[in-house]
Amino acid sequence: MSETIDSNTMKYKLINLYQQNKLAIDAGLTDSMNKHREESIRYFDSLGIPYKGDENYKYTDMMHAFGKMYGYAFKSPKTVVDPETIFHCAVPDLDTHTIILENGWYYAKNQEQSGLPNTIVALSIREATEAYPELIEKHYNEQANNKGQATTAFNTAFAQDGLFLYIPEGVVLEKPIQVINLLRGTNPLLVNQRNLIVAGKNSQSKLIVCDHTLSHQHFLSNTVTEVFVDENAIFDFYNIQNQHNQSSQVTSLFITQMKNSNTLCNTLTLHGGFVRNNIHIKFKGEHCEANAYGLAIVDGKQHVDNYTFIDHAVPNCTSNEMYKTILDDEATGAFNGKILVRPDAQKTLAFQSNKNICLTNTARFYTKPQLEIYADDVKCSHGATVGQMDEDALFYLKSRGIGGHEAKMMLMYAFAHEVLSHIRVPVLAERYGELVEKRLRGELSRCEGCFVHCN
Amino acid sequence: MLSIKNLKASVDGKEILKGINLEVKAGEVHAIMGPNGSGKSTLSSVLAGSERFDVDGGEVTFNGKNLLDMAAEDRAREGLFLSFQYPIEIPGVSMVNFMKTAVNEHRKYLGQDSMSAGDFLKMLRDKKKVVEIDDRLTSRSVNEGFSGGEKKKNEIFQMAMLEPKLAILDETDSGLDIDALRVVANGVNKLKTKDNSTIVITHYQRLLDHIIPDFVHILYMGRIVKSGGKELALELEEKGYDWIKNEVAVG
Ligand SMILES: Nc1ncnc2c1ncn2[C@@H]1O[C@H](COP(=O)(O)OP(=O)(O)OP(=O)(O)O)[C@@H](O)[C@H]1O
Ligand SMILES: [Mg+2]
Repeated sequence: MSETIDSNTMKYKLINLYQQNKLAIDAGLTDSMNKHREESIRYFDSLGIPYKGDENYKYTDMMHAFGKMYGYAFKSPKTVVDPETIFHCAVPDLDTHTIILENGWYYAKNQEQSGLPNTIVALSIREATEAYPELIEKHYNEQANNKGQATTAFNTAFAQDGLFLYIPEGVVLEKPIQVINLLRGTNPLLVNQRNLIVAGKNSQSKLIVCDHTLSHQHFLSNTVTEVFVDENAIFDFYNIQNQHNQSSQVTSLFITQMKNSNTLCNTLTLHGGFVRNNIHIKFKGEHCEANAYGLAIVDGKQHVDNYTFIDHAVPNCTSNEMYKTILDDEATGAFNGKILVRPDAQKTLAFQSNKNICLTNTARFYTKPQLEIYADDVKCSHGATVGQMDEDALFYLKSRGIGGHEAKMMLMYAFAHEVLSHIRVPVLAERYGELVEKRLRGELSRCEGCFVHCN
Repeated sequence: MLSIKNLKASVDGKEILKGINLEVKAGEVHAIMGPNGSGKSTLSSVLAGSERFDVDGGEVTFNGKNLLDMAAEDRAREGLFLSFQYPIEIPGVSMVNFMKTAVNEHRKYLGQDSMSAGDFLKMLRDKKKVVEIDDRLTSRSVNEGFSGGEKKKNEIFQMAMLEPKLAILDETDSGLDIDALRVVANGVNKLKTKDNSTIVITHYQRLLDHIIPDFVHILYMGRIVKSGGKELALELEEKGYDWIKNEVAVG
């Protein structure tokens, strides 16, 4: 099933798939989503599947993800996770409102069991097109549209479902919302999930997104999430990526921030054969703060690539970025961190750090900071390192009787810890700590305590 | 306890230890002094098992075992402790976790069960008193943001926790204020028994006023060029190193 084909042939196959199924894709959806399709597929056609070496894909071959044969489902899967199990599943110590999506489709029973207060709107984006037409009209594809991203345009052409989350003005959500994305099937599957999140003025909310696979097929999930964060709002987005190592995952997160807003996104990559994360953050109002963190622990032949683009379009905003990777075996990884400070964006503070450890000499990491600064009164810093484990620290531990493996574990954990220390949900930080430790010990096949028994 | 015979070591082909001989018996305190760059820290590192240096010759036995054959962590578990001249910071590793792991790794090596959390915390509290170390310090990451003096105190605190048979204190006095010096020296003295031994590396007599050595050795250009009793340190304090250097040059 996994024969490889060239990029152009694949592109035509996908465009053909779109044309053949246009009716099925449009079915049951309003114009607010459908009207974007034609332009997007043309845009996808003009860009093509990114090739390795392309400006933003210097070290990542997208054909690794796209160059396989996948099935496609234009309808919601009939069988969904047994609700009984879901009710018993609450992840220990992590009290959340749980929402499930299977193969990118919103699970119909989420409403009853998420326990979300009715001040918050969580819906399938399909339903939202009927129930919240103004919000969809205003925000859907507003950020993602034609931003030079073929995978995003591809998603817009095909998108049929996903999460719609609306935190109205002034609502403060105590518990985090946890979205569990499940992939399962009897055949290889390509999934385009599309999420839209609107965080109203003065609202506060936290979202945890867990990505899992439930069966062993090849999957390609191509997810686009647009987040609009209105004035004075605080919004956190935590993504735990733990798909199996034959799956490929492409995520594109777009965040627009209005005046005085504050966001945090944190991507934890544990398993997954091929992962490419795109993060676009744009400040549209002054006095905003954005925090983007990432930690990837990869081994075997895993590949992980984090691309970030922070657009300081207005003055007086702060961005903090910290991405770290630990690579074992023949794993490879890349980081590309673009920061654009536009001519008017005076008093910008932008900090970026990318640190990576290669545990073997077959592991490879490529890092590329990209600062474009057109304002003069700004403070920007960036630093990137790719190295081995600190020999002096290792000797210090050994000199106290903490030997080989245990010492290495401790230092790797310490290295990872810096990213974990920025998590703004204390119990989640603890849980991340446990996951990271298990992953480092090679004991993690799935999220401990999660009801989803994926391997 | 420790027997060093004709120990030679180099780094990147540069010979630093050029044949060290030293015998330390149980219960003894030895002081090693010597000008900057003479090889004192190198000797400590080589004994502790640093892989930065190549051992080019000689023998070291520690309680009857061939020390040079052992991995660094096993030397520690056998009871060798090095208080570093420049303790390193390890952000992200908490002092408590670090010490708990170290203590339990020692116990595992000796065939003992891990310590219960309660016992461990009690031990931690008791040992903190020995060196009068602040609670703030033990709740932080290893040495992270510690002042120079705090780092040195922390070394002695770790020594108290691990109860070594042989402790090598590499300039533990440098950077300490007068009170801290007294506290650290008292700590070392409190930990002293008739069975354990100490090698004190220092430049100053003031530490040796508190920790009184049985023997004083002068290390110069990779060799021990003179040994004597505690009065040798006083002589050095008075005369400096020139007469030693001249003696060596003449000899
Ligand atoms: N890693 C290294 N690479 C190169 N040279 C080294 C290295 N470590 C030590 N040396 C050299 O070995 C010699 C001895 O150094 P060492 O640190 O052992 O001296 P010391 O007696 O402890 O001095 P001090 O009193 O200043 O602490 C010095 O000339 C030093 O520069
Ligand atoms: Mg020294």
